[in-house]
Amino acid sequence: MLKQIEGSRAVAEAVALCRPEVICAYPITPQTHIVENLGEMVKAGDIKGCEFVNVESEFAALSVAIGASATGARAYTATASQGLLFMAEAVYNASGLGLPIVMTIGNRAIGAPINIWNDQQDSMSMRDAGWIQLYAETNQEAVDLHIQAVPLAEELSVPVMVCVDGFILTHAYERVDIPTQAQVDAYVPPYEPRQILDPAEPVTIGAMVGPEAFTEVRYLAHYRQMQALGLIPELADAFAEQFGRHSGGLVRGYRQDDADTLVVALGSVNGTVKDVIDQLRERDVAIGSVSVISFRPFPAKRLRAMLEHASRVIVVEKSLAVGIGGIVSTDVRMALAGTGIPVHTVIAGLGGRAITQDALRDYLLRAHRDAVERVTFLDLRHDVIHREIERLETQRRSGPVAENILRELGSVADRIG
Amino acid sequence: MRSSHVKFYQTGTFTVGNRLLNDSDRSVQSTMERTNSLNSGHRACQGCGEALGARYAIDAAMRATDNQLIAANATGCLEVFSTPYPETSWQIPWIHSLFGNAAAVATGIAVALRVKGRTGTRVVAQGGDGGTTDIGFGCLSGMFERNDDVLYICYDNEAYMNTGVQRSSATPPAARTATTQVVGPQPGNVFGQGKNVPRIAMAHEIPYVATATVADVRDLEAKVTKAMSIHGARYIHVLVPCPLGWGAAPHDTVKLARLATESGLFPVFEAEHGEVTDRSTIRRQVAVEEYLKPQRRFAHLFKPTLQSEVIARLQAQADRNIRRYNLLSGETHR
Repeated sequence: MLKQIEGSRAVAEAVALCRPEVICAYPITPQTHIVENLGEMVKAGDIKGCEFVNVESEFAALSVAIGASATGARAYTATASQGLLFMAEAVYNASGLGLPIVMTIGNRAIGAPINIWNDQQDSMSMRDAGWIQLYAETNQEAVDLHIQAVPLAEELSVPVMVCVDGFILTHAYERVDIPTQAQVDAYVPPYEPRQILDPAEPVTIGAMVGPEAFTEVRYLAHYRQMQALGLIPELADAFAEQFGRHSGGLVRGYRQDDADTLVVALGSVNGTVKDVIDQLRERDVAIGSVSVISFRPFPAKRLRAMLEHASRVIVVEKSLAVGIGGIVSTDVRMALAGTGIPVHTVIAGLGGRAITQDALRDYLLRAHRDAVERVTFLDLRHDVIHREIERLETQRRSGPVAENILRELGSVADRIG
Repeated sequence: MRSSHVKFYQTGTFTVGNRLLNDSDRSVQSTMERTNSLNSGHRACQGCGEALGARYAIDAAMRATDNQLIAANATGCLEVFSTPYPETSWQIPWIHSLFGNAAAVATGIAVALRVKGRTGTRVVAQGGDGGTTDIGFGCLSGMFERNDDVLYICYDNEAYMNTGVQRSSATPPAARTATTQVVGPQPGNVFGQGKNVPRIAMAHEIPYVATATVADVRDLEAKVTKAMSIHGARYIHVLVPCPLGWGAAPHDTVKLARLATESGLFPVFEAEHGEVTDRSTIRRQVAVEEYLKPQRRFAHLFKPTLQSEVIARLQAQADRNIRRYNLLSGETHR
C-alpha cells in the first residue's frame, strides 16, 4: 500500500509486519520515532504477541534483546550514535552468542563535539563486531531491508544492523510502498532458533572459551558472514519475485558499465551521487557509481568485478578513520588489490553537513582529471582550520577547539548547507 | 589411615539434624530430590562461600518452581568456576552474557517467556557484588523499577575476587584489597558513605527484598522459596565469605558469616514493598573485633599497633545496624 509517510514510521511498520516478539526501546535521536511508533502499535494491540520494554540504557536495550533472543523470541531494537557505543560490549556479545537480533541504526555522528546530525561514524565503529550491516539508500529500501533482515539473521543465526541515515531518511516524508501482512508472512518464516533456554533441555550458553578453541569460534563467525554473501542476493531475488521490486542485495551499479570514474558510496548519499552522475553524463563525462548495500559482509569479489574496468575509483565516505582517512576506502582498496586502480577518498557530510550537488560535482570533475589528493575533505573551511591551527601553535592554553571555532563563526543557523 | 573427629552438632546454633524433623521441614539439600543445579566438580576454591550459597539458593529455587527455572549469570567467580567448557556444573538452562547486564538479560528471558506463553518457567539472575553493586547497577535498578518478574541474587564477597581481590563498592571500610593497600596514613579501604544495595532495592518498593548469609542456609532456602512464590522484581543479597580475598581459613567461611551477623555488621532481614517485615535477631552479640580478627584483610587493625579508633568506627556501624533493624530484642517471626 502506497503511503506518504515519515521514514521512521515506515521502518516501524515494516518491523511490525515481521511479527517481532520483544522490542526494547531507549530514546536517542534520530532513531526515537521508530520505537515510539512501535510502542504505540504494541500498546494499541496492533502487533499481536509482542512485548515492548522501555529500558534504562542502550546497554540494557540490547541486553534485554539478548535474553529474549536466547529464549527463542524474535527480538528487535534500534539505536544511533552514542547509544550504539554505549551498547558496544553487548553488540559484540550478541554476535558472539549467535543471536539473530535485528537492530536499526539511525546513522548519526559521534561526539565530542556532541552532534545529533547524520553521518555514518556510529555504525562504522561497529563494522568488525560480527553483525551483518546493510545500508539503505531510500526509505523504500529501508522498509525492504528490514523485511529481508529478519530471515537473513535467523537463517544464519547472525544479528543484522539495518543502517538508515539519520534525519535524511528517518525524518523524511516520502512515498513508500508498505507491503501487506500476508506478503510479509509469506516471505518471513517463523523463527526457529538454533539454541534456546529451556528447562526441558538445559544448555549452558556463554561459557568461557580459551586459546584452544577461540580462533575456531571466531573463524565460524567469519564463515557465517561469507555464507551471507550468498544468502543476501538470494533473499533480494526472492524479495523481487514476491514484492515486485528490487531492493537490497550486495551492491547496485548505476551507469557503471562504460565508466572511467566510478563512485562508491553507502546509504542515502547515493541519491545525490546519481543526480550528479546524470549531470556529468550530459557533459560526456564517463562516470558511474556502485552503491554498497552490504558493508558486512564486504562483497569484495562482486565489487571488484564492477570496479575493475574503471580508471579510478572515488569513495564517498560519511565517516573518518582519524589518522588515516577513509574506512570504506581501505576495504575497496583491498577488493581492488593488484589492479593498480587508484582509489581516492572524499570525506563528506560529517555531522550532517549537506553534501551539495555543486560541491560533489566540482570534486568529481577534478577527480575525473586525477587532480585530487588521496584524501579530500569536501567543503572544508580552510580559513577556519588555519586560524585554529595558528592558535594551537602560538598559545599553549589555546582552549577547546570546537568552542573556539564556533565563537569565530558566530550564529550557525544560516551556515548549515 | 588418619581419622578425625566428626562434630554432628555445631555449638551455639539451633542446628539440628534433618532426621529429627518432619519431612516438610527438612532442607532442600537434605532431600533425595535435590537437583544439584550447581553440580560438583566445579573449580571454586576450598571453602568458597559463593559456591555454597549458589547451590542452596538455586536448588531451593528449582524446588519452588518445580524445576522450571532459567538462570542468567553475570561475569565473575561463579561464572568462571562453573563453566570451563566443555565442562559445566549447571544442570539448568543457564546463560552468561556480560559483566554488567545480568539483570537486563534476565528481563529479556522473562519477557520472552511471557510472550511465548511459557508462564510456568521462572527466571533467576545472579552475580557477585561487583556485577551487582557496581557495573551492573544500572541494569539492576532498571529491572527493579519496571518490576520485571526476576529474582536477582547477589552473592556478596565484598570485592572483585575473580580479578584478584580489588575493591568494589561493597568492600567494607579499612579492608585490605589489591587496590586499597595497607600503606599510607589510612591503610585499607576508605570510610565512604557505603552503598547498601538491599536498602536501595527497598527504595524501589519492589515486592520482596531479603538479606541472608551462608551461616544460615536454611534461612537462605526459605527466603529463596518465598521469593519464588512472588511475582515481580525480587532481590536477595547473600553474604558469602571468600577465604582467598578475606585472608581467612577455608573452614571458617560459615563461622565468619555468622560473626558478621552476630556482630551486627551484616543485618539479616526481609522487606516487602519497601518496608522491613522481619529480621533475624542476634542471639549472642559479639564485638566487631571477633569478626575482624580472623581475617588477614583486617590484620593491620591489630598489628603492629591496635587501631582502636578505626575499630570503634566499625563498631559504630554495627551498632547503627542493631538499632535500625532492632536486632537485639524481640522475637524473630520465622
